[in-house]
Amino acid sequence: MRFVTDMRARIERLGTSVTAHVWRLGFASRFLFYLVVHSGTALKRFRLTIAEIYFAGVLSLIIILVSGLFVGMVLALQGYETLQRFGASESLGVLVALSLVRELGPVVAGLLFASRAGSAITAEIGLMKATEQLSAMEMMAVDPIARVVAPRFWGGVISMPLLAALFSAMGVFGGYLVGVQLIGVDAGAFWSQMQAAVDVRNDIMNGVIKSVVFGLAVTWIAVFEGYDAPPTAEGVSRATTRTVVTSSLAILFLDFILTALMFTGGNHQ
Amino acid sequence: MQPIVEIRKLAFAYDPARPVLRDIDLTIKRGSVVGIMGQSGCGKTTLLRVIMGALRPTAGEARVLGHGTRELDTEGLYAMRRKMGMLFQFGALFTDMSVFENVAFPLREHTDLPDDLLNDLVLMKLQAVGLRGAAHLAPTELSGGMARRVALARSIALDPQLILYDEPFTGLDPISFGVIVRLIRNLNDSLGATSIIVTHDVQEALGVVDYVYFMAAGRVIAQGTPDEIRASGEPFVRQFVNGSSEGPVPFHYPAPGYDADLELAAA
Repeated sequence: MRFVTDMRARIERLGTSVTAHVWRLGFASRFLFYLVVHSGTALKRFRLTIAEIYFAGVLSLIIILVSGLFVGMVLALQGYETLQRFGASESLGVLVALSLVRELGPVVAGLLFASRAGSAITAEIGLMKATEQLSAMEMMAVDPIARVVAPRFWGGVISMPLLAALFSAMGVFGGYLVGVQLIGVDAGAFWSQMQAAVDVRNDIMNGVIKSVVFGLAVTWIAVFEGYDAPPTAEGVSRATTRTVVTSSLAILFLDFILTALMFTGGNHQ
Repeated sequence: MQPIVEIRKLAFAYDPARPVLRDIDLTIKRGSVVGIMGQSGCGKTTLLRVIMGALRPTAGEARVLGHGTRELDTEGLYAMRRKMGMLFQFGALFTDMSVFENVAFPLREHTDLPDDLLNDLVLMKLQAVGLRGAAHLAPTELSGGMARRVALARSIALDPQLILYDEPFTGLDPISFGVIVRLIRNLNDSLGATSIIVTHDVQEALGVVDYVYFMAAGRVIAQGTPDEIRASGEPFVRQFVNGSSEGPVPFHYPAPGYDADLELAAA
């Protein structure tokens, strides 16, 4: 009898939790719709969005560039080890470039962007809420979603593909440094094979599409978590953690879906 | 003359089983400084939020600046709020902007004034609160009293008809306190505005207001001029004005018997 009661309580808790998550997803979707509809201020007064591009994009440059460089260097080292067994070490440039533009560029840059810029956006909006700055704005007849949230959202969405592109470019440079300068792979083969094998539409554009989707997802999660955070120190702290965890999982999940759509079914080189 | 705020039979509840405000009647005349007082949790800040249109009454009517707040849509609400100023408990200054930019914020958002005129207006508002010299500082460099004065300058930037103060005296040293009290009175009179002060600092507030509404448990239990309130025979008001632990508001939060909690009966 007790087992049945326990099971019933567990199922009830599970049901409540699922309902709460579905409700929250619905609320987040309505929030995104309202945000997009009220983006006029962010686009008309574009200097507000430019300030956020600086905050989310330019200030993330160091971590993105350094990480890109090291990822490219590691790819070259690992790739060379494998390729030379098959006598294909001249294809090192192709391996580094394709790995970066198709996968590692958007995904790793997205994960770094979520940790560096996403968490900062959530914390900033959450603290503005906790210190009544958003309420003060509403009392001054200024919509905080249009004035505070929308510029941060578009700033993040614009920054993310640029950061992913820079990550990939820096990674290719890192691969060149290790592959050509350190190991001694022929520079002509490295660059020419890369040029021949990397397709603009199937590889680069698909990578760009991924980075745009990741940018939308991370920034949406970051602004929503900040705006929805309970106005306490603990609430903001939890919201910041949730942004990083949810964004990271969303990037990996979306990457799988997008890769399945883009690179299967024989539509790639 | 039509009152600037008129509230009739107003009720508000987040949960219908637990009403926060009940049967509130309140009239605020233009040009006056009115205090809404009572202990923490009595519903006075909720009443302020109803007046500013942040909460909609569940029953009754609140007419503010000639508008019924219940019927207003977002546009109407924002149009009404452009005629209002609000001072939050701890100022709520924008921490990513300087003092100057904080005061300039409502002017930049709602007017197309040229930069030199906007500059002059902001400096005039800061001069009115004695902080023109602090225009370049960041909010984090200000003391609590200075932050409150900057927030006051920001709230009067658009020359509001109605200024709302939420606990403006909390955490202030005696000098800052005196400065804020004088500023509230002087700004109200010089701007020809009307002010509503929500506070539990009774003695201090009685020195600045023209009329007082006293609240307890979501109701208005007494009202009158400061002299009438000081002379009130209402036990709650007497306890509150005298700061006594004896009276209708008990010192102890309701609890089971002391002996039972300490398990003395079993010993």
